[in-house]
Amino acid sequence: MTTQDLGANIPTRSTQADWAEEAVTEAAKEHRHAGAEHLNREQQVLERIDRARARKARVKEPRITLSHGAGGKATHNLIDAVFLEAFRNPELEQMSDAASLQIGDARLAFTTDSYVVSPLFFPGGDIGELAVNGTVNDLAMAGARPLVISAGFILEEGFPTDDLRRVVASMAAAAKAAGVQIVTGDTKVVQRGKGDGCYINTAGIGVRERPIELNAANARPGDVVLVSGPIGDHGVTVMLARGELDIIADVESDTAPLHELTAALLDAAPNTRLLRDATRGGVATILNEVASASQVAVVVDEDAVPVRPEVRGASELLGIDPLYVACEGRMVAVVPAEEVDAALAALHADPLGAGAAVIGRVVADPPGLVLLKTGFGGTRIVDMLVGDPLPRIC
Amino acid sequence: MRFVDEFRDAEKARMLSARIAALCEPGRRYKFMEVCGGHTHTIYKHGLEDYLPETVSLVHGPGCPVCVIPMGRVDDAIAIAEQPDVIMTTFGDMMRVPGGRGSFFDSNAAGADIRMVYSPLDSLKVARQNPDKRVVFMAIGMETTAPSTAMTVLRAAAEGLDNFSIFCNHVTIIPAIKAILDSPDMRLDGFIGPGHVSTVVGCRPYEYVSRDYGKPLVCAGFEPLDILQSVYQLMLQVHEGRCEVENQYSRVVPWNGNAKALRVISEVMELRPYFEWRGLGFISQSALQVREKYAVHDAERIFSVPGVRVADPKACQCGEVLKGVLRPWECKVFGTACTPETPIGTCMVSSEGACAAYYNFGRFTRERVKEATRS
Repeated sequence: MTTQDLGANIPTRSTQADWAEEAVTEAAKEHRHAGAEHLNREQQVLERIDRARARKARVKEPRITLSHGAGGKATHNLIDAVFLEAFRNPELEQMSDAASLQIGDARLAFTTDSYVVSPLFFPGGDIGELAVNGTVNDLAMAGARPLVISAGFILEEGFPTDDLRRVVASMAAAAKAAGVQIVTGDTKVVQRGKGDGCYINTAGIGVRERPIELNAANARPGDVVLVSGPIGDHGVTVMLARGELDIIADVESDTAPLHELTAALLDAAPNTRLLRDATRGGVATILNEVASASQVAVVVDEDAVPVRPEVRGASELLGIDPLYVACEGRMVAVVPAEEVDAALAALHADPLGAGAAVIGRVVADPPGLVLLKTGFGGTRIVDMLVGDPLPRIC
Repeated sequence: MRFVDEFRDAEKARMLSARIAALCEPGRRYKFMEVCGGHTHTIYKHGLEDYLPETVSLVHGPGCPVCVIPMGRVDDAIAIAEQPDVIMTTFGDMMRVPGGRGSFFDSNAAGADIRMVYSPLDSLKVARQNPDKRVVFMAIGMETTAPSTAMTVLRAAAEGLDNFSIFCNHVTIIPAIKAILDSPDMRLDGFIGPGHVSTVVGCRPYEYVSRDYGKPLVCAGFEPLDILQSVYQLMLQVHEGRCEVENQYSRVVPWNGNAKALRVISEVMELRPYFEWRGLGFISQSALQVREKYAVHDAERIFSVPGVRVADPKACQCGEVLKGVLRPWECKVFGTACTPETPIGTCMVSSEGACAAYYNFGRFTRERVKEATRS
């Protein structure tokens, strides 16, 4: 439409993007679907998208990119297509924060997590505290009482010994506070430039003393969704602590062990459907997992979601949604409606749950989706995160 | 939160919504284009369409600078990044934009040194810290970001940082709006003007839209109430038979623009004879390049780039979506071959693209959502 007056100036050398042509051909093959003719066009498109979303996960990228670690869709695809495919077993298929095991008479929970946070020290915590609390929380989300954890260190040549002492001291303090023992460990040192100071892996074992199975597939229409406190503190703190943004805000990481809070909650609300700690990918990712695993819709009320003004302000400036920002000491709980008052009271009784709030509810339709009633009074979908939560540019 | 909550007041929104509905003539449909991707993002993020009558629809325009970068330019940028001793720096949004053979993310994974920055000045910092490297800033954006790129070049020149250059992909919005107006299948009743671009260019450059094409245009801010008010102003113009350029975003946009910013741009950059926009094709005089005077900071002069055009697949209907002929979901590949994880067309690339916004925030039938969200 605008090319006529340019005449011979247009470059003649032209090629095509093979990956895009392939994707189109493949999709055309896949989406011929008989029996949908009675639906209107928009519904047909929605059906097509549902099928596209339901198809088997594949990793098309020839190399791992940073988005494979961001906790969103790419991470899920990688886990489904590579790890689950190779390691498949009933425990892993649950895709929970921790595996729930039955060994003889013992009902155990077992989990592992690696920590690569940068910077290593940030307001409200450091990598060591995170490494203990993260694993304690993964066990707590399985309804378990954490017992023992392991600690593996990958250190970079040149890493200051004093920094390591500081990290280890805060691990010891965090373990003591959480009532767990660090009973085994490992140390490796890599050449300068082959690591980023200090990485930590922890694994943990807990005992499940309650006769309950918490599972993302347990949510039912009528249930209520809670968070245990204001969200996004940790993610925003770490982003700001990197110093790249020239934004200063009075926020601290929320890193904390949650096992006592979960114990109190499960005592008060024994029919709790599921617990998840809202780490990478934030509350939004967890709710998507719940909606998808339980085949229900989750309706969230934006005004009800607790977010500190500092976190909200920083998120506004950066163009990110606090619902996707990581927490390290907050959890999402789905409880039956009749137990919600007891659950809230139990959470509010603990300082770590003082800011707990009902943020939404579970309904039957449309299955697999998370919907948000915005503060402005509109509605929209909250999807899984694609890529990193990057700031917008204009 | 101050300066935010007052622009998201649901009560005021209901009032505006009622006024808009009252202006609708029975049996008539209204279509307005929000030119800027930032508006598209706001509309979906806040669920603004819930406040519009069914007969008023918003069409999402070409004003997302990431989305309009053609695949060939991404390939060129990657070709620069893969040359020895180069550090490529870019805004985060650009990382996932696919070229003919992959994105910056892929190229980074394959060994190129591509770093995310939050401002072109950060890129200058990288150049200072790495005197033995050639640091290139992937400059993208409309008139909104062009002044900061130009300032960065001026500063590099003043400091004698000859290892710093920009790969200039700045585009100008006026020719793109004109291209849409010239399109024979254009079906729009008016435009929501790009607020941030207008802080630099002002409102005057849009006067031809009302004068020559008979379409009203309202420059709008980026909070949901700004947009709703702009729709109201457009509806009022249509209702009263007026056709003018109005400035809803007067708290930020001066009518004559920012003379200082415009001076800085024209000191460093000049118009290109033509530039390809993804989805819209080649548009004459629609982009900026670095002037000869600053050749030492111009990556296009320093590095040899392939400069090969990469055609979108034929099934990709971004052009029609951008012109308001098709709604996002009406595109043949929407949500199947083309998704936010693996975007094919421009509109699916950034969260400000029309299709991505629709896919992420609006992918549902209204009735089911109304039912689900009823208290």
